[in-house]
Amino acid sequence: MSRKIRRKLFSNFMLFLSFITAAYGIFWLFWILGSLFINGFKYLSPELVYLDPTPAGQEGGGLRPAFVGHLIITSLATVIGVPMGIMAGIYFAEYGRNSKFFMTLRQITDIMVSTPSILMGAVVYAVLVRPVGHFNGFSGAVALALLMLPVIAITTDEMLKLVPKEMREAAYALGAYKWQVIKDVVMRAAKVGIMTGVILGVARIAGETAPLLFTSFNNNVLTFDLRDPMASLTVTMFNYVMGPYHYWHQQAWAAAFILTMGVLLLSILARVLLHRNLLEPLFYIVRSITGKKGG
Amino acid sequence: MVETQTALKTRMEVKSLNFYYGSNQALKDINMPIYDRKVTALIGPSGCGKTTLLRCFNRMHDLYPANRYEGEILLDGESIFGMDIIDLRSKVGMVFQKPTPFPMSIFDNVAFGLRLKGIKGTELKDRVEKALKDSVLWDEVKDRLKDSAFSLSGGQQQRLCIARAIAVEPEVLLFDEPTSALDPISTAKIEELIVELKKKITIVIVTHNMQQAARISDYTGFMYLGELVEFNYTEKIFTKPDKKLTEDYITGRFG
Amino acid sequence: MEEVAYAEKTLKEIRTRGLFLERFLKFSFGFWALFAGLLFPILAGLILLYEARLAIEKFGFIHFLTYTNWDPVAEDFGALTMIFGTVVSTILSMLIAAPVAIGIAIFITELAPNWFKSIVSTAVELLAAIPSIIYGLWGFFILTPIMATKVEPWLQEKLGDVPLIGKLFQGAPTGVDVLTTSLVLSIMIIPFMASVVRDAFNMVPPIMKESAYGLGATKWEVIRQVVIPYTASGIAGGLILSAGRALGETMAVTFLAGNNPQIPKSLLDSFTTITVALANQFTEADTDIYLSALYYVGLLLYLVSFTMLGIAKFMVLRLEKRWKV
Repeated sequence: MSRKIRRKLFSNFMLFLSFITAAYGIFWLFWILGSLFINGFKYLSPELVYLDPTPAGQEGGGLRPAFVGHLIITSLATVIGVPMGIMAGIYFAEYGRNSKFFMTLRQITDIMVSTPSILMGAVVYAVLVRPVGHFNGFSGAVALALLMLPVIAITTDEMLKLVPKEMREAAYALGAYKWQVIKDVVMRAAKVGIMTGVILGVARIAGETAPLLFTSFNNNVLTFDLRDPMASLTVTMFNYVMGPYHYWHQQAWAAAFILTMGVLLLSILARVLLHRNLLEPLFYIVRSITGKKGG
Repeated sequence: MVETQTALKTRMEVKSLNFYYGSNQALKDINMPIYDRKVTALIGPSGCGKTTLLRCFNRMHDLYPANRYEGEILLDGESIFGMDIIDLRSKVGMVFQKPTPFPMSIFDNVAFGLRLKGIKGTELKDRVEKALKDSVLWDEVKDRLKDSAFSLSGGQQQRLCIARAIAVEPEVLLFDEPTSALDPISTAKIEELIVELKKKITIVIVTHNMQQAARISDYTGFMYLGELVEFNYTEKIFTKPDKKLTEDYITGRFG
Repeated sequence: MEEVAYAEKTLKEIRTRGLFLERFLKFSFGFWALFAGLLFPILAGLILLYEARLAIEKFGFIHFLTYTNWDPVAEDFGALTMIFGTVVSTILSMLIAAPVAIGIAIFITELAPNWFKSIVSTAVELLAAIPSIIYGLWGFFILTPIMATKVEPWLQEKLGDVPLIGKLFQGAPTGVDVLTTSLVLSIMIIPFMASVVRDAFNMVPPIMKESAYGLGATKWEVIRQVVIPYTASGIAGGLILSAGRALGETMAVTFLAGNNPQIPKSLLDSFTTITVALANQFTEADTDIYLSALYYVGLLLYLVSFTMLGIAKFMVLRLEKRWKV
């Protein structure tokens, strides 16, 4: 066998291996999503959403407090975390770009994106739960907001970096203040990108369990009071999976299915937003049919 | 060095200007006048400092740290380094190499600088319309003022940027190779526009294209390696330059 | 005349307001930047430290790190079992995930036809988006029974008698053990790792690869001799970054480890990790010293993951700097 053929064969063999690894990755994805569909779909029912949990061990009931609590906690966390994150991101991109100090802080923020989320729960517990004396929904939202802060800050920074500096200069050349340049030009230009970041951030915290375990905790009763312990889908799933009853496991599957679909839909939405130019032809057709002029 | 003509008013004046990017000197002892309502062109090979000099006129360099000026630039006898930077930039406008429309409607683009000055209502509308007419864009966009500025062609975008710059009625308008990203037809339109604009506004233009400088400018400065080699009225530079270096560059026997 | 005066007055008002906002906004943006990058990380560390003070005083540092007993009733705590569990599951999951992730990155950047590339990329991104508790739930309900009844007995049969390796497969196959935990953890970090490695690969300028192809190199030779060496620090950084994530992962492992504070002697033993202990015991901690000991392991986790992520970040940054034009 000539050397050349041997080299080619070896190359193809290694590339085949890389194909196998890709197949391996897809295999798990399909398995996980497949079993979620099969088991989750099976146990899905309207009662799940509008009934309260039955006393432990008594079949039936639903997860209404968890659905409501999850929405409240996630929304509140978004409301707290997004502005903080965007403001920090703006500073990194627009003011701190030339400062060694702030660029270091940006790197630390990037590290904070990956810090164990369960520690957020422990930190917030010490500040907002123990002094109060009981678990509460507000502390859960704060823990998630803190988790979201670095994610949003970093994506905002990355997105603002993509705005060409000529566009900023053109605004300055008209005699604009820096905040006017940021508000009217830079943020507008990066709007879609930042929205994407926010959606991804929401998707990330919506699936979090660990920071809620010792903050918002759990509640079998529907509550809108942020001072009370508040149920969430994820913590409920945690308890139900570990619990002894079969119908708990079924409800956990159904909740897992709904949660995963929600989170995946959010990330797909974010992808579509970011790659909107891929869909631009479609939008064009829609516009020409409806006769609306798009901006 | 420049023959005096009657009624020639100096709008800006550069006096022994040195400019540094950090420790790197980019401009060396520049002295030149910018005459009122004339087109002054800056030419020279890439990296000669012509754009750097242009960006000194509205202190665009202030945006980045470690940039340092020495010497003086006067606008109507007043030092621009002592002026409020917002004031300076609304008096000295700028048009860039590539069109820089903002991500908003055509109308909002032109209104941008006016709104910064607190202009509202009918006055805003009138002045946007006037600026678009002055930049010969009005007929093309009057029915689609609400459309995104990105929907315009490259040449139209550049004229939009000019409209945006003249809407605030600057005294001086700086052009940084405004046609280098455009096709010949759009270029011709912009050149016509510049000649038209000089009736009201003092213009400084940096260009790569010597024919362009010859066509539209009244005065030309030739720069090389950060120095202003020669400054004179355009005809003189292009027919009988004083310096050998200038002649070599003009005739293409260069680099 | 009046109009001019009026215009000048509004202009002045605009200026004053503009200048105020200029300073005010810079200050507020700056505060949150400072908070995100400095105050928050430090405060979090200090809070953990403060809450851990009782345990630190009582158990010291070296003793706590090397002591295997974790006894809430006797209020006698040592963190070795958890630290060992965290380290072992992280290393094992890295061993499984790293080759796969690098393979996927190669496949996406160099090999796949475009239509297939987008399928794999999407699949990897979806895997990354699935909440970690779903991995845990799936692992517990689906994978654990299969491991217990099929995979682990098979492994015992095949490898149980092999000297040295055989020891790793002793014990009753329950599925709730080191092996299952590491497997699920590896599935979980593959997408993250693959995307970091892919980003590193994409940073190699095409011209570098083209020059190698121009010399007659095969695809694999280009990858092996150009792409991988030039992105080595990025790959290493990506691996450490993923390890840092695996270290702090809670929900994927908490159902699978068994929460058993012992040093596992084989891959089929149940065990515990720092995060598993925190998730399971935090709300049950009824004494101050118990809670404080949990905060102490939390503090250790914080410091270790922060350091690892910092090192990884540094390595990735070095790669980015090299290719900066």
